[in-house]
Amino acid sequence: MPSITSTRTETGESGIATRGTSFGHSRSRRRLHTVENPRKSVTLTVMTGLSALYCLLPLVWLVINATKSQADFVSSFGLAPGHGFALWDNIVEVFRFQDGIFSRWLLNTVVYVVVGAAVSTFLAALGGYALAKLHFIGKRLLLFVVLGSIAVPGIALAIPQFLLFAHFGITNTPWAVLVPSFVNPFGLYLMWVFTAEAVPTDLLDAAKVDGAGEFRTFVQIALPMLAPASVTVLLFSFVSIWNNYFLPLIMLKDPNWYPLTIGLNEWNKLGSTAGNGALIQNLVITAALLTIVPLIIAFLSLQRYWQSGVSLGAVKG
Amino acid sequence: MGHAKRLDATAGMSSNTAQHRAPARKRGRKQIGLAFIAPFGLLFVLVYIVPVVYAGYLSLFQQKLIGGNTFTGLANYTKLFQDAQFWDGVGRVFWFTLVQVPVMLVLAVVLALALDSGRLHGAKFVRVSVFLPYAVPAVVSTLMWGFMLGVKYGLFGSLNNALGTDLNPFAPSTTLLSVGMMVTWAFTGFNMLIFHAVLKAVPRELYEAAALDGASEFQVVRRIKLPALRSSLVIAVIFSIIGTFQIFNEPQILPSMVANSGITTHYTPNLYAYNLAFTGSQQGYAAALALVMAAITIAVAYAVQIRGLRNAFDH
Repeated sequence: MPSITSTRTETGESGIATRGTSFGHSRSRRRLHTVENPRKSVTLTVMTGLSALYCLLPLVWLVINATKSQADFVSSFGLAPGHGFALWDNIVEVFRFQDGIFSRWLLNTVVYVVVGAAVSTFLAALGGYALAKLHFIGKRLLLFVVLGSIAVPGIALAIPQFLLFAHFGITNTPWAVLVPSFVNPFGLYLMWVFTAEAVPTDLLDAAKVDGAGEFRTFVQIALPMLAPASVTVLLFSFVSIWNNYFLPLIMLKDPNWYPLTIGLNEWNKLGSTAGNGALIQNLVITAALLTIVPLIIAFLSLQRYWQSGVSLGAVKG
Repeated sequence: MGHAKRLDATAGMSSNTAQHRAPARKRGRKQIGLAFIAPFGLLFVLVYIVPVVYAGYLSLFQQKLIGGNTFTGLANYTKLFQDAQFWDGVGRVFWFTLVQVPVMLVLAVVLALALDSGRLHGAKFVRVSVFLPYAVPAVVSTLMWGFMLGVKYGLFGSLNNALGTDLNPFAPSTTLLSVGMMVTWAFTGFNMLIFHAVLKAVPRELYEAAALDGASEFQVVRRIKLPALRSSLVIAVIFSIIGTFQIFNEPQILPSMVANSGITTHYTPNLYAYNLAFTGSQQGYAAALALVMAAITIAVAYAVQIRGLRNAFDH
């Protein structure tokens, strides 16, 4: 890394780098940034810290209350621990309640997410590659319609989708949730942009001159280069399918096909409609925590990818 | 089909002379491109285009007590335009959008500027924790906020007990405000990340030049950073409008958590459409509502885009 010499002005606000700024890596940029602005502002830190608190407070509340028994939940202060530590009991009870249907919902969610995210990402890569590197009739029209569809409200589509699927008789089956999740217009857009930037056409031509077919060229040359973008698209599909509520709500009637989000809300309704007797808020809260833990882990461990995906979309958008 | 054409092309390649090779391959490529896009394209038509057309067809029918499903032409649409419940919901999401979207985007811009200034302790922590709510399903977010803000078991219950007050975030007059808090909570981080990415792409030379000219930090923000954010801000406004116009999850889940929240079956247009289609079994009417709502959303988003772009040209 080239050394950066700087002169600091009195305000400490601006440093003048003699070289650099043109190297594109964020690491070097961040370092340059620090040279530019060495003084940290306490006021600014406190102000943004309040926003971070606003964002973290509900999650902290959820973790604390997942450790309480139902009696403690009702009687103790929301942000203080209860008398006992009931997290493990709650988790065991979540998996036992209603003959262990929670594990069925978890399994359903995993299937919807894995199949949906994998298929939609592959189709987006295939289509994005075609848009960026291949010529075909109707490309402009396709781009126009697909990009336009990003602006169409999803829920306005869901009711017509339900009516159509009911006509075909595939509502109340996993297909009703899976098929719509296979189409990811925004993923197609990201893949298109990324292929145009990251896959050199010369390399593809060389492979074809060597006798590789179009599909083999795609799988063996382009796909490995698209790996980072694929992880990004996978991650965003993962989140949107895992979090989907409206689509399964209208498509599924049989609790055995429910994903976690619908099942969770069913339990919540159970607690509130049961009246004085069987309140299970401790189970609802613990189940909610178990629902978001995989997502939080995925996000924290794949930070690099959602950040690159967002910046790709932002710079191009 | 695509495979057959690819085989044709390769066969042509091996038998033809070098001069013929290029055009033959080019033609083959044209067709193979279609084969690559076909799986996405076919599913897209099935999931996006056909449902909209089908909804248009269904919206011309009404379920009658006598005679079952009968063709009624545009009756559903004329009924919708005179339906006070529908316009009540449209008005509500309109006001909601008018307040929530600016609050959220201003917060996101301020946070992105703060991150970009490099003056924060623990900037990475702030970035991750503000983005984290994006990963939380609306169901879980509504449950958390519903419990937490509730007066029965939540923090406001404790607050009221301690201070002897009678504050209720889910009274009919404040429910919408609480929903706004949940939505802002969920999406500020995503917008902040986009704005931060745009700011990071600003050439550093501009800041150096500004420093040489003796510009203050405030002037750098006003003259360099905010103009750089303009086009991404227009896009964020459009997507936020699309999002808030179809708000559904929170008002659908809340009534099962808190009594007397003031949430009616027609609280938002989408909730109304859902209730019409699934509890009222007025599917034709619900289809008409969904289409009209999509048209309104696209019209508003389009108007914002035109305005935003015109402003961008003016500056």
